[in-house]
Amino acid sequence: MSRAVLYGFQPPRAPRSPWHRLPRWAVAVGLLTTAAWQPLLAQQPAAPASLAAKPQRPTPVTTAQPATLQYGLAPRELAPGHWVIEGAVDDFGRHNGCNIINTAMVLTAEGPVVINTGPSRLYGEQQRQAVQWIWTSAGGSPQAKGQVLSLNLHPDYFFGNQAWADWPTLALPGTRAGMRAEGPAYADNLYRLCGDWMKGTESTPSKVDATPGTLRVGQRTLALHRFQGHTDDDLVVLDPAAGVAYVGGLVFMNRVPTTPHANFDQWLASLDALEAILKAGNYRWVVPSHGPIHTGLAGLNQTRDWLKWLTTAMATHADAGRDLGEVLHQPAVPPRFADWAAMPAELHRSLTQWYPVYEKRALAR
Amino acid sequence: MDAEQPSGGARRSFICWSAAAAAAWSTWPRTVVGQTTDELTGGDPLGSMQWPGLRKQYLGNAPMHFSDAVVVRGPEFADDAMNVPLLVNARALEAVGGGVARIQVVVDRNPVRDVLTFTPHKALPMLAFRIRMEQASPVRAMVQTRDGQWHVGSTWVKASGGGCTVPGITRADGSWVKTLNQVQTRFFYNPVDGSRRLRVRVMHPMDTGLVAGIPAFHVEELKLVDTLGEVWWALQLHEPVSENPLITLELPSQGGQGFRLLGRDNNGNRIEAEVKA
Repeated sequence: MSRAVLYGFQPPRAPRSPWHRLPRWAVAVGLLTTAAWQPLLAQQPAAPASLAAKPQRPTPVTTAQPATLQYGLAPRELAPGHWVIEGAVDDFGRHNGCNIINTAMVLTAEGPVVINTGPSRLYGEQQRQAVQWIWTSAGGSPQAKGQVLSLNLHPDYFFGNQAWADWPTLALPGTRAGMRAEGPAYADNLYRLCGDWMKGTESTPSKVDATPGTLRVGQRTLALHRFQGHTDDDLVVLDPAAGVAYVGGLVFMNRVPTTPHANFDQWLASLDALEAILKAGNYRWVVPSHGPIHTGLAGLNQTRDWLKWLTTAMATHADAGRDLGEVLHQPAVPPRFADWAAMPAELHRSLTQWYPVYEKRALAR
Repeated sequence: MDAEQPSGGARRSFICWSAAAAAAWSTWPRTVVGQTTDELTGGDPLGSMQWPGLRKQYLGNAPMHFSDAVVVRGPEFADDAMNVPLLVNARALEAVGGGVARIQVVVDRNPVRDVLTFTPHKALPMLAFRIRMEQASPVRAMVQTRDGQWHVGSTWVKASGGGCTVPGITRADGSWVKTLNQVQTRFFYNPVDGSRRLRVRVMHPMDTGLVAGIPAFHVEELKLVDTLGEVWWALQLHEPVSENPLITLELPSQGGQGFRLLGRDNNGNRIEAEVKA
């Protein structure tokens, strides 16, 4: 008797269609992207025209299927050769496969430059299929090796690295050190939060130092900037000629910013510096790691607004002598933040970590 | 520690198995081998199978009831299992049964259940503090009024846990030796109507004894006295109270001079500090 029979194995059935639970516009968007993506998954050659049938609506599409562990990645071309795969604007959860990150690929004559590798080995593998298909459809050699950049040390920026083991994986030196130090703890946490989506995932820190400055790959000139504040090493990748800015974890949009490695003063200073760079260039697309891809400074301003509000609120509460427990139960945040994704869970995480620092300062007075 | 009665082992294991059965057949919960869910949980509104043992251990046969007059609040989720903020408020009992004599806080599913016992004396029957949690659990405030009656308030705190079995930050980096038993205090006026809030922080590693090679080492007693030697409140602390305890208490808005904080840890080290007005 085979093991499968012993444990009551049943042949997998096609998952029930979830469409009846979605609003009509979502079904329409979903069908459009799924139709465009089906040939990619099947690894069949398709006419380049199908690439042009990309969705125009800048709405992140997530079609994660927990039953089959398919992330349903739907790459979308922002500018010639700049492809993004958008995660859910949400908190980590099994329903979205813990895929809340925007990853990207930049096609160059020498191979793709991949930006961020997602929350799991599985994500990395499905991302690699997508990159490989787009690359070979564009006439690239299947044997070509590109490179992989992770913009900071948080797990969904590099936990897909296992799927890219034969490519150079790059990150800033402080980011690489942080990945080595925190990787096992991240894995514990993500296995707990995400379950089966994490199967076979091991923390695989980036292997090569990224150097701030100009990165010439093929015909492209990318500008790599090192900032600080969201983490100790925040990498921003700009393609001034194409007008695309990958701003990583410095900018969040419509989603409460995460702060486990934050230095608020440095972060605010970095946002000012980044704003000056974006204003001086001609950037059509700003790609944050979390939240919708957008034009202009909306995400940057949201992030700055949030950081100032959060730090001011913590200082005010601490000076009034309030305890962390009371602050966690404060009434609603200002209405402009109320609808953001991951509210209030992410706010509570930030308060739990950072409010005690303000309490200590208030006691020392 | 959970002091089980040796002779009660067989009966307890019977109850445990009954509990497992109740959990397994949740569609058939009312009677399991002759016991109702209420009997298994002692009528605990949170449905915890630990409650009957806990009640026996701490309250014996004293009269008790579950009461909304005792408010226990924890976070929606304990994001930091080593610093879980709890608020306990029994002011609704100030005019009941002669007022509040003591508040005892326990955690059903911690390896060390005892958290603290607070005797308000002249303070208001409310306080805030932080604890370590090893797993998700009910948290209880058992409040005894002067007539002997126990009033029990509870809340569930969800947690990924592990807070009792890892060393604290100052233990891990060794910095606790430089600050042991140092005290910070500050009064705040009117966060709660008609009170003087006193926040007290004592630097102490508060080792639980559950980390290999690190014996239990924690503050056992703290009290606030005035120049006349009168005690305004007293606290007995146990292992689950977080490292460098930060405790928030409420005094009446008037009265008292020359406050001093006195205490000791379980190694006999003294805590003594002037409390600035």
